[in-house]
Amino acid sequence: MTTAVDRIAIKAKERPGDRIFSTATVVAGSLILAMLAAVALFLFVQSIPAFVAPADAFKGDFSNFWSYVAPLAFGTVWSAFLALLMAVPVAIAVALFISHYAPRKLAQGLGYLIDLLAAVPSVVFGLWGIGVLAPMVQPFYANLVDWFGWFPLFAGPVSGTGRTILTVAIVLAVMVLPIITAICREIFLQTPVLYEEASLALGATRWEMITMAVLPFGRAGIISAAMLGLGRALGETMAVAMVLSPNPEVIFQLLTSQNSNTIAANIALNFPEAHGVGVNILLATGLVLFVITLIVNMIARVIINRRKAFSGAN
Amino acid sequence: MSITMTASSPVTNSLTAGKLPKNAPMMVLAASWLVVGAIFAVIFLSGATESFNWAGTLFFGTVLYCIALFLFSYFVEGTRRAKDRLVTALVTIAFVVALIPLISLVGTTIVNGLPAFMTPTFFTESQRNVVGAGGGALHAIVGTLFVTGLATLISVPIGLLTAIYLTEYGRGRLARGITFFVDVMTGIPSIVAGLFAYALFSLLFNDPGIRFGFGGSVALSVLMIPVVVRSSEEMLKLVPNELREAAYALGVPKWLTIVKVVLPTSLAGIVTGIMISISRVIGETAPLLIVAGFTASMNYDLFNERMMTLPVFVYNQYASQGADSQAYIDRAWAGALTLIVIVMLLNLVARLVARTFSPKLGR
Repeated sequence: MTTAVDRIAIKAKERPGDRIFSTATVVAGSLILAMLAAVALFLFVQSIPAFVAPADAFKGDFSNFWSYVAPLAFGTVWSAFLALLMAVPVAIAVALFISHYAPRKLAQGLGYLIDLLAAVPSVVFGLWGIGVLAPMVQPFYANLVDWFGWFPLFAGPVSGTGRTILTVAIVLAVMVLPIITAICREIFLQTPVLYEEASLALGATRWEMITMAVLPFGRAGIISAAMLGLGRALGETMAVAMVLSPNPEVIFQLLTSQNSNTIAANIALNFPEAHGVGVNILLATGLVLFVITLIVNMIARVIINRRKAFSGAN
Repeated sequence: MSITMTASSPVTNSLTAGKLPKNAPMMVLAASWLVVGAIFAVIFLSGATESFNWAGTLFFGTVLYCIALFLFSYFVEGTRRAKDRLVTALVTIAFVVALIPLISLVGTTIVNGLPAFMTPTFFTESQRNVVGAGGGALHAIVGTLFVTGLATLISVPIGLLTAIYLTEYGRGRLARGITFFVDVMTGIPSIVAGLFAYALFSLLFNDPGIRFGFGGSVALSVLMIPVVVRSSEEMLKLVPNELREAAYALGVPKWLTIVKVVLPTSLAGIVTGIMISISRVIGETAPLLIVAGFTASMNYDLFNERMMTLPVFVYNQYASQGADSQAYIDRAWAGALTLIVIVMLLNLVARLVARTFSPKLGR
């Protein structure tokens, strides 16, 4: 029955302006896809020499590219993981505060305030981390090693400058906090008001309402927000490069002056002086970082998109 | 009979029974700070510590507050209310904790940055032939304006056209793919964008040591385009469909509808989005460090030679300090202050534009 209607679909007249304009938009859109492909392609082409580079091309004591990049990849993931461990609970709490606890009139202003944190350039975070945070937390680290040194992660000797991976993780946590907060806040605000009112009407306290209505509704959103934060923390360069005192090994200890470096910071520190195949090696580590963040971001986006399809909120 | 009843048991209001008074949390907070403060004062007076421990007072006082409030509420109001009060306290504390770095960071930058920031030469001279104190950051400021300006010129047309495609034309697989990968692109680490620009141009020009401002612009546009697309798309989606339908009904071609109806309606929002995306990339250091390099001299040519930018200036002053290291550190902080001022101004103006010019939707 409907097929008959479909067949006589009226076609709008195509003007030259229309054709030019729509083509331009399609070209622009495709250009973005081409750009992403170009990023992967050029990085790959330029890093081929690194994969076959001889052992003496690497700074330090490494036999091949993979043994060179492994400690860096570990440091990247480890610092980002520590940062998330601190940032996610605080971010959820801050998002809840803005969406459900703060007075309505203040809420938007408070949201801007947190967003301002996202606007601070990373190099300023680096200066702050090295000039303010590291000296401030160092005595605290010394106590931690004295009292809890038996715990493997806190084993000594303590760093005298405070420039450890834990300090880096704190700086990273501050840097990713605004992103996670912004997404969580948006998702918490999408909770159907009827659910919230219904649970309050049944006598639930505000916290019970949040655990029963808001958090289950936002679970997927929280996970993907955390993963986007993870992607940001993995790729953060300057703050790590300035604060960390690095060592090319896999090191789990949080408080010593020997720390695994991250891929991004290693590139930033070595690129200006690199030459010959050294440049290709750094580009290849960049490719590894690109692949890691791409995977993390794609997983996060798939989760968000799937949730979007199911929720009745939009 | 009733008289004896009231005399034996006091009248209770069933609505407020079993509840802490309204200002109880505030009183408990003040009391626990006072108690902990008193303990630290005793420790200080006994000579065990050199000064009164303010941080300890606030920290342990707040911890005591959480415990005390929970216990009071537990015995008066029961478990459920006690938990609710505890969470309220924790959530508020989390917010305050999140603000501490922001305040500390802005405070230190202003305090450390003002001395060099206020010197008259900071905005009029470069670092050429400067050893120790003196000189300025003009070369870096000019470089930042040039590189970011060109990045904006590249990103805005591509980003805006893509946003138009996604809202007005895009159906099917290509549109879905673009949306997905634009989202993914927002997560590209800035240093990878820099490496990409370097890899591209060093192959194109066959020069492994290539450094120039245009490369920085390309790297920044890789970071900027997805932000522009996202924000413009959101704004274009807000334009009511009735406006488009009214235009079509009058026989206006689709492209003219977009140019004359849709874009003007959402212009304020788009401008806001673009300014915010500029403020995002203007502070990027890593890509510029890699592909634009650093120099102490003025350079007005984007396509030739190294070009200094403000974030790289901050990093470079800090990383390679000369003999008079304080002068370098001061300049680094002054550069950081300049950056923060630029970014905050961009954000502020963007919000003002959004508030003043946005069309009033709905009721």
